[in-house]
Amino acid sequence: MNETMKNTALFAIVAVMILSVGFQSSWNSALLIVAMGLVSSIMALGVNLQWGFAGLFNVGIMGFVALGGLAAVLVGMPPTEGAFAAGGLGVISALLLGAGTIIAAIFVMRKMTPGWQRTLVVIAVLIAGFFLFRGLLDPSVERIEEINPAQTGYLGGLGLPVLIAWPVGGIFAAAAAWVIGKTALGLRSDYLAIATLGIAEIIIAVLKNEDWLTRGVKNVIGVPRPVPYEIDLQNNPSFVERAAGLGFDPVEGSTLYVKLLYIVLFAAVLLILMWMSQRALHSPWGRMLRAIRDNETAAEAMGKDVTARHLQVFILGSAICGIAGAMMTTMDGQLTPGTYQPLRFTFLIWVMVIVGGSGNNLGAVLGGFLIWFLWVQVEPMGLWLMNVITAGMAEGSALKEHLIESAAHMRLLTMGAVLLLVLRFSPRGLIPEK
Amino acid sequence: MDFLNALVAFLNYVFVPGVAYGSQLALGALGVTLVYGILRFSNFAHGDTMAMGAMATVLMTWLFQGWGISLGPLPTALLALPFGIAFAIGLLLFTDRAVYKFYRVKKAKPVILVIVSLGITFIYNGVTRFIIGADDQNFFDGERFIISAREFKAATGLAEGLSFRTTQGITVVTAVIVVIVLFWFLNKTRAGKSMRAYSDNEDLALLSGINPERVVMITWIIVATLATIAGVLYGLDKSFKPFTYFQLLLPIFASAIVGGLGNPVGAIAGGFVIAFSEVTITYAWKKILVYLMPENLEPSGLVQLLSTDYKFAVSFVILLIVLLFKPTGLFKGQSV
Repeated sequence: MNETMKNTALFAIVAVMILSVGFQSSWNSALLIVAMGLVSSIMALGVNLQWGFAGLFNVGIMGFVALGGLAAVLVGMPPTEGAFAAGGLGVISALLLGAGTIIAAIFVMRKMTPGWQRTLVVIAVLIAGFFLFRGLLDPSVERIEEINPAQTGYLGGLGLPVLIAWPVGGIFAAAAAWVIGKTALGLRSDYLAIATLGIAEIIIAVLKNEDWLTRGVKNVIGVPRPVPYEIDLQNNPSFVERAAGLGFDPVEGSTLYVKLLYIVLFAAVLLILMWMSQRALHSPWGRMLRAIRDNETAAEAMGKDVTARHLQVFILGSAICGIAGAMMTTMDGQLTPGTYQPLRFTFLIWVMVIVGGSGNNLGAVLGGFLIWFLWVQVEPMGLWLMNVITAGMAEGSALKEHLIESAAHMRLLTMGAVLLLVLRFSPRGLIPEK
Repeated sequence: MDFLNALVAFLNYVFVPGVAYGSQLALGALGVTLVYGILRFSNFAHGDTMAMGAMATVLMTWLFQGWGISLGPLPTALLALPFGIAFAIGLLLFTDRAVYKFYRVKKAKPVILVIVSLGITFIYNGVTRFIIGADDQNFFDGERFIISAREFKAATGLAEGLSFRTTQGITVVTAVIVVIVLFWFLNKTRAGKSMRAYSDNEDLALLSGINPERVVMITWIIVATLATIAGVLYGLDKSFKPFTYFQLLLPIFASAIVGGLGNPVGAIAGGFVIAFSEVTITYAWKKILVYLMPENLEPSGLVQLLSTDYKFAVSFVILLIVLLFKPTGLFKGQSV
């Protein structure tokens, strides 16, 4: 069996599994799996760029995805009436001042001769800048959050078409990646892992606590969509007629239609990114990256700038995760900072990349679909397993209740086990690197 | 101006919590740093090892409480601690056999081991939640305070109270004992010396007849002990919740790196640096400043540099600063 056939067969198996969900339960859940599978594949593509091409270990995918979500809110949501007048300028100047402080500190670092005087000046600049920043930020934030806190209480967005948010999400993530990469790349590989773990936690903390920006845990709901609303379709006689012609009632027809539109949009993004990644992989740049990955010392001796290449690929991969994050928030229609968990948004993507085949873009896409499917299905399967195990136990016994209740935690276990098994017995994944 | 009250408030809200938290971080960071020194990878599963050990201890504590056994004023958890440690040792040795050993024999890159440890993290985390649930568990009993704020106020007549909780006392005392024993072990015993030799230069250690598998085994035993003690102390002092142990990873790693990865003295120093930075930066200083400033200069706000939700940001920023300016840490750690 040649390679193309094997790959086609693998994708076909995943397709059959998803189709069987459609036949057995509902087409809505099957289409949702496809849509989220596409988003997951894009994230996996980004991580594959970092890990598969360059061997960089990023444990902060969650943070970059969340930044994409933030972009969807900042670009797509309508601006809050009066919020900008109340404190917008204050917040923006505070942020500029904060950035200026850091630039000033770096400038002092570069220009002054090393010694205790330089250290003192840098510390003084940072402390003065911090207090000015807080002094400027806090009153503006208070004024913004006073505006109708139950409904808005935040700055709102620019009110632009939400599709613009997708590249913007990528830019946000790229900026965060630049900061991390600048500090942690070029050191031991573990340091990047720890630094990304940290930035992800901090980004989530900011999203949860800066109410003026994201409404915090009050969530932003009703992010505008690039596709029509179901309710409008149901009220549209020509759509109802067409749905009836295909044998769907208006409600089911409209939900399926909306999901299909999302799938088309997502698939377009995936295809573009996939094409770009493939081109990158086979370009001289891609070969250089793999050379660096396989033997850093030799590549450096050949005159390759290892740290600069790493920084590039780290920023690119993170940007892709940011784009996927913006897409996901667009489809959800809401930004809920409380739902960002490292398991779901960092670890799961890693399992996708490793299972699919690190270093192979097609593998990342396959892993994205397959693992997302498993992720969705493990919980009902776990519950079923627990029901089978506990079938013989007395009704209402404490152990039985505990076991059935714990079925939800099966996901963690299963995903951990899948990762370890693949790493051990098939470290190159389902579709190995050529 | 009321210097004495300010001092008491400082001790009560900053110093005592800082010392207790610092001891917990130091114990956690010691475990991370030992794994790094001997096995040469960053063990992401350390936080969840703490959770597993603490969980075993919590279960034993409940059992003892059910039997009516207690230590009087001390928490029963201390009695259950050895069982928790034994469980954690078994768990880590089993994990090493089943998972890590394969990669060690193959001489896999450190980053592969990091990924593997991430997989272990999630399995541990899943097992912990599976057995004990994802919620807060309380397993503290015995006397709550060594010095309670009310008694302190009555005894000294000051407006500010100083409370010193039993858990904080136990944390500090245990940490001191553990550190003394650990350093005695590393510096005086044959096994400890072979560990240090192995950490300094693997090849030379092998040439001088040190059995690497034995060194690795001893390391895991020590790491399990440290992790369980740290986990139980943290659980007693704050509360036991599986997810918080995963989140502790960041401050623990920050401590280990700030001190210099692979250097035990550094891990302890790093733990206190991180703990005190977190506490001082997220504490609302108004209370203390009110005592120190003349009345007309009293601050109107809380004088809190960052809200407590950003305590991770503190360890992170310190980590970044250290990585930028002194990647080997304050005390010289292993390679960059």
